[in-house]
Amino acid sequence: MIQLKNVNLSYGHTEILHNINLEISEKEIMVIIGPSGSGKSTLLRLIVGLLKPTSGEIFINGQEISKMTEDELNTVRLKMGMVFQYSALFDSMTVGENVAFGLREHTNLPEAEIIKQVRRKLRMVGLFGKENVVPGALSGGMKKRVSLARAIAVNPQILLYDEPTAGLDPIMSNKIDRLITSTRRNMGVTSVVVTHHMESAFHIADRIAMIYEGRIVEVDSAAEIKQSQNAIVQQFIHGLKSPREWVKKEVDEA
Amino acid sequence: MINALEFIGRNLIGSLENCGKVMLLIFETIYHIGHRPKLKNIVQQMAHLGADSLPIVLLTILFTGMVMTVQTAQEFIKYGAQSSVGGVIAIAMGRELAPVLTGVVTAGRVGAAITAEIGSMKVTEQIDALRVMAVNPIGYLVVPRFVACVLMLPILVVFADIIGTIGGYLVATLFSGIGSYTFLNSIKIFAEVNDVLGGLVKGMFFGGIIAIIGCHKGLTTAPGAEGVGRATTSSVVNSIILIFICNYFLSLLLYR
Repeated sequence: MIQLKNVNLSYGHTEILHNINLEISEKEIMVIIGPSGSGKSTLLRLIVGLLKPTSGEIFINGQEISKMTEDELNTVRLKMGMVFQYSALFDSMTVGENVAFGLREHTNLPEAEIIKQVRRKLRMVGLFGKENVVPGALSGGMKKRVSLARAIAVNPQILLYDEPTAGLDPIMSNKIDRLITSTRRNMGVTSVVVTHHMESAFHIADRIAMIYEGRIVEVDSAAEIKQSQNAIVQQFIHGLKSPREWVKKEVDEA
Repeated sequence: MINALEFIGRNLIGSLENCGKVMLLIFETIYHIGHRPKLKNIVQQMAHLGADSLPIVLLTILFTGMVMTVQTAQEFIKYGAQSSVGGVIAIAMGRELAPVLTGVVTAGRVGAAITAEIGSMKVTEQIDALRVMAVNPIGYLVVPRFVACVLMLPILVVFADIIGTIGGYLVATLFSGIGSYTFLNSIKIFAEVNDVLGGLVKGMFFGGIIAIIGCHKGLTTAPGAEGVGRATTSSVVNSIILIFICNYFLSLLLYR
């Protein structure tokens, strides 16, 4: 479904991503973890074509997108949705208009059907009846859920989540996690979730990829990642000061 | 010395790069105009950018027409040329004052609004959200604003021509002792349709400048609130400078 082959990205002399190889299968939830500034969000932006790699290839449904023009990319993006870190809701529109935006731009559905679809998607994210509210009047968690409703309005095959639980309280974080898994179950979407919340990652992931300083250091199932022998992975999972701390702990225990 | 050269070189390259980006934006905008933009968005922008600017344009031009007459009438009467005042005011209004001042006032109001709106959308990832939703930001944001400005500026200029001349007429007849017939007859004798038409052409160009610079500065806004503020100031300053430069060349082209 999504495949990255030898992807590199640099700005001038600064290397952001180095030789990324990653394959994400259909209906899988792939969680990308890593410290801030490690290149997680950049990877997501490459997958959706907002950035172009310096070298390497990115395949979406078998189509290589890294050399596509913006118009060609738009045909691929019709099958994708993205939940942004800060929601990125259109603040000049109401919640209902935000969710209806994709349908109004890309379909010829009658207005009555669009309104029906908007209500259905808002109900799915637990915001039924909030159509006429403006984004400015919503809490952070509600904005994230509207952003999800907007992303799923056009029934995409791929959903990308950029830090969906960042800045939310634990109850709302759990709610968003449940929404990510239920959206996959109900709509059969392939999901790529960028997060640094380990609890969230273990809860929702089929597989987890860890990025560190622009390189993928490990890709495995949640259970395997928990047992990983990679000191960098363990340092991140347990929030240790340095990888050595984990190595020392392991040696002591042995 | 080397530092100075480096500074000049860097600024020159930066300016050329910016010119290139603006040219690209113009081409892309023209390309997307041909791809059936949504009429609803254009009409919305025409109301927002054009109609809402009318009061401030009228107020500015009314007083400009009045002050122009105060100054010209005084001098012209000295030389016994009061029968030319109406024509001079009408020609100055139609050819230069109405289009340029409408452009400047609109650049301050509309250009700033365009940059601030698009700039905030840029820093809050709303432009990226548009792209992810397979909507081209140039087609969706730039085209309606460009078309609205190009169509609405000449209309504002027409209103400015009328109100400016009325302002001149009032001062001439009420305070400068020039008869109503003398003033109006002078307009009839000296002013031509081309004086007004040239002003309208200028208005279209100025509208295009305001929209393109406003959108360009918005789309290239640096992150943060400071970035939006800086982009907005730069948008207004650049639009006004370009309006004055463009006005000189258009005057050479239209009236020589």
